[in-house]
This record gives sequence, structure tokens and C-alpha cells, in this order.
Amino acid sequence: MEMAYAQAVALKRRQLWLGLLLLAVLVLLSGHVAEISFSKLYQQIGGFSSYIDRIFHLENGRPVISDPAEWFWGWKKWLALMGETLLMAYLGTLLGATAAFVLCFLASQNLTKSKGVVFFTRRLLEFCRTVPELVFALIFVVAFSLGPLPGILALAIHTAGALGKLFAEVVENIDMKPVDGVVATGGNWFHKIRFAVLPQVASNFASYALLRFEINVRGASVLGFVGAGGIGQTLLEVIRKFYYADVSALLVMIIATVMIIDAVTERIRHKLIGLEAKS
Amino acid sequence: MSDLTVNPLATSDLAPRELLRRRYASHFKPFYQDNLMAIFIGLLAVAVFVFGIYKLEMTFARLWGGLGELGKIVVLMLPPNPESWAMTKVYLYAVLETLAIALLGTLSAALAAFPLGFLAARNTTFNRLIQFMARRSFDTLRGVDILIWALIWINVVGLGPFAGVLALFMADLGIFSKLFSEAIETADHKPVEGVLSTGGSKLTSVRFGILPQLMPVLLSQVLYAFESNTRSASIIGIVGAGGIGLILSEQIRTMEFQQMSFVILLILITVAVIDFLCSKLRFAIIGVRAR
Repeated sequence: MEMAYAQAVALKRRQLWLGLLLLAVLVLLSGHVAEISFSKLYQQIGGFSSYIDRIFHLENGRPVISDPAEWFWGWKKWLALMGETLLMAYLGTLLGATAAFVLCFLASQNLTKSKGVVFFTRRLLEFCRTVPELVFALIFVVAFSLGPLPGILALAIHTAGALGKLFAEVVENIDMKPVDGVVATGGNWFHKIRFAVLPQVASNFASYALLRFEINVRGASVLGFVGAGGIGQTLLEVIRKFYYADVSALLVMIIATVMIIDAVTERIRHKLIGLEAKS
Repeated sequence: MSDLTVNPLATSDLAPRELLRRRYASHFKPFYQDNLMAIFIGLLAVAVFVFGIYKLEMTFARLWGGLGELGKIVVLMLPPNPESWAMTKVYLYAVLETLAIALLGTLSAALAAFPLGFLAARNTTFNRLIQFMARRSFDTLRGVDILIWALIWINVVGLGPFAGVLALFMADLGIFSKLFSEAIETADHKPVEGVLSTGGSKLTSVRFGILPQLMPVLLSQVLYAFESNTRSASIIGIVGAGGIGLILSEQIRTMEFQQMSFVILLILITVAVIDFLCSKLRFAIIGVRAR
């Protein structure tokens, strides 16, 4: 008995060490490929703290807190850009969620009998969410020219892919008895969705869509890096041109907005989850 | 209530509609009475949508013209073609670099977040103030997008994959610390009491009471993060922080669409392979099949 225990423990230990060894080899290899250089980091780490220090000081050398009006000198322009970013996220989420809503029923096995349709829809959704939205944005900027439009479309496609999968999972977990009931009274496909499926999934769908909106606000704030509208373009410019105080002002603005949106959507989502628990 | 005992189905053919209406008043209310709030929210959503379309100049002409252009690009993309074997090797090395960035960023962030998670968890921290401060700092780290971290680190260590690793490290540090501390807070407290009751110190109670519960959760979170970091690492090259993103953005800017579609295909395959391997590994480690 004791022998068996010792053997089992030894086996586990051996596996653990083997795994760690493999990991170490991978790390060394990656370190070489990724040009990791601790000496460079050691030499330049002061650069990071001084960078952080510099973005919190104004041109005249005083800390930014001492003169908020000077710090946020461009607040009118920046707020307008932030508003544009939020609108982009909203439109992208709404368009994407609508597409996901239409596609999710085709991608769930319990509502769509044709295996081919389910398979095809799922692969389509997979493609939409695996290609990063920034890549879509890069291509769309070439096709639709600069501005928020390519950004919205990129967000919408990515959202459709991500939400479509989540929606389909919700639909596959519904209670099928109401569906049978509607079918038994002679309801067609639309009646089935409207009266049997929708009441079961609506609050979940809304909750997922709100979560996606949160993610898309973050996403929209960097789409400007590739010229697809929003506040990212300005942020990229001030970082590249070393307008230090502006960098911190814009970052503070983005982070504050993201946190407010997170807090608000979280409250709404908790209410929605409560609704679901009641029904 | 007495007339409700009569089976309504049995009499419904005979019962005049007026009677039914009186009996089940709540079922005959007009649609809008129950759903005033929903209708209001719906109208508001549509109004904001229309305002957005107007404000962001999403005109039908632009959309139509762009779709035409997009169609042309898609035709130009096919078939995916790497041009030459030499270029293929360049792409494959870039994929390797992407994976290296993802691995190092994830791993270093996980190692650093491990002690920080205990600091930020309510049941293992030294001090409520430290816990609060730690939580807020992680929120800030998470609030800054990976691409922004990449831009900042490029200013510090220069262009190249090292900046990418550091960017992933910063973003993941915030995420991991939050996830880890939440996992620690939800850990069962009874093993800890057991260890303490046999005379263990606070440190041994964490080691033998909390850690065994924690490890599978943490490992599976790290594996998930590695999957998502593979995706992130493939785009941070767009701002110059190494990986295949740089090649991709250059190809799109110079309109080499056949090579671009080859690179996108390469990224998709890489992501799929990594997802597959991670789910296998997760199953091997924690014995739960990932969905």
C-alpha cells in the first residue's frame, strides 16, 4: 500500500518535472526568438518610469494636477472624439447583434434540422470572430476610405461572430416544451421563434450584447490607430509626437469612460439576470 | 373564484368572448400596457442608431461604393499565394515570433500576478487598504488597451518583439491579478481551518489549504489567456511591436492582397492549432473537457 502510494507520487513528480523542463526549453527558445534582452530592459527601465513621470507633467514642468485646465486644454475636441468612439461602439454592437440574432437560430442544432446549414453558419461565425477586428478594419479602410465607417463595419463583423456563438449556445440550452406546444397548435417557424424561443432567451441575449458593448468601447478606442475613426487616431498622434501631457489626458479620459460604461452595463446586466431568475 | 373550477377549455366554445375577457382580464390587456418601458427603450435605441448613422456619415452611397471596392479586393485576394518559398519562410518565422511573444507575455504575467492575486484577495491580504489599492491599480492596467501599452513600451525599449512581450505582460498582469484574487476569494475555507487547527502557520494554510484548490483554476485561466494572447500578439505588430501583424499591415498598405490572404490564413491556422492544443492540455491537467 505504502509502496503504491510512493510510486503514484513519484510518477506525478516525474510528470511535473518533465512538464516544467519542456516549458523551460520553450521559454528559452521564445526568449531567443522574441529578442528578449534583460540588459536592455535593465538599462531602459528608467525610461519607462521617466516616461510615466513625463506624461504627468505639463510643458512648463509642473505636475498636471496643478493646472487641470491646461492639462485638458483640448477637452471639447476630445470629448467630441470620445462621443464618436462611443457611437461607433454602439452602432457596431447593434449591427453585429442583429446579424448574430438572425444567424444564431440557424447555428443551433435544436431549431435547425439541416446539418449542413448548422455547419456552414458555425464556420461563418467562427471566421468572423477569429480574424481580429483590427485586420478587418485595415482591409475596410482600403475599401471604404478613412473614417468611422470601416471601424463600425469591422466591429459589427467581429461582434456578429462572437455574439452569434454565445447566442446559439443559449438557444441550444432552452426548454423545448414550449416549442413543441407552438408547433402542435400549428405555428410556423416565426411563431416558434417569437412565442416559444424568444421569451426564454431575450434577457440572456441582452446581457451578452451589453457585455459586448463594453468590449467594443475598448476596441473602438484603438481602431483609430489604423485610421478607422474614433479617439485612437489622436492618441496615436500625441504618443508619436511626444505631447506628453496630452497622452495622459487622453488615457485618463478613455479609462474613465470605459470604467463608467462598465459600471453602468454591469448594473443593467445584474437586473437582467434577476429578471431571468424570476421568470 | 368558484366559477374558475369549471374547466375553461370545456366551456370555451360556448362562452362568449365577453365573459372570457372579464374572467381573464390580465390576458386581454392591450400590448403596450405591460411593455411601456420596453417600447421606450426600443425607441431610444433606434433614435440613437439613426443619430449615429447621421453623425458618422454612414451614407448609402459610401456603403455601396465601399462594398464594390471590397468585392474587388476579395477577387484580388484569391487564391492565397505566398509568392515564393523564401517569403514563406519569413512568414513562418513571424508566426514563431508571434507565438513566442504570446508565451512569454502570458507566462511572465502569470508568475508576477500570482503573489499579487493573494495581495488583492480579501481573505489573504495583509490590509484592507492595500487590497483596495491593488484592485484599483489592476483596474487601471486593464483599462489601457494592449496596443496602447505596446506604443508606450516602444518608446522605452524600441521597436521589436520585446516591446510586444512587455505590452502583453502589462495588460495580462491586470487581468490575471483580478481573476486570481477572485479565485482565491471563492476558495473553500474549510481546508484552511483544518490546517490551522493542526497547528499550521498562516503560510502553510495557504500552501496546503488554498493552493491545491486554486491550481487547476489558475492553470486553465492561464491557458485561456494564452489562446487569446495568440490573437493579440498577431495584431500588435501593426503598431511595430513584433509578430506577424507588421507583415500583414504592410501587405495591406502596399495592396499585395494575395500574400495578405495567405498571411491571414496562416494566422487562422495558428490560432486553431493553439486552441486545439490548449484544450487538450486543459483536459490533461484538470480532467474537465473544455467546451
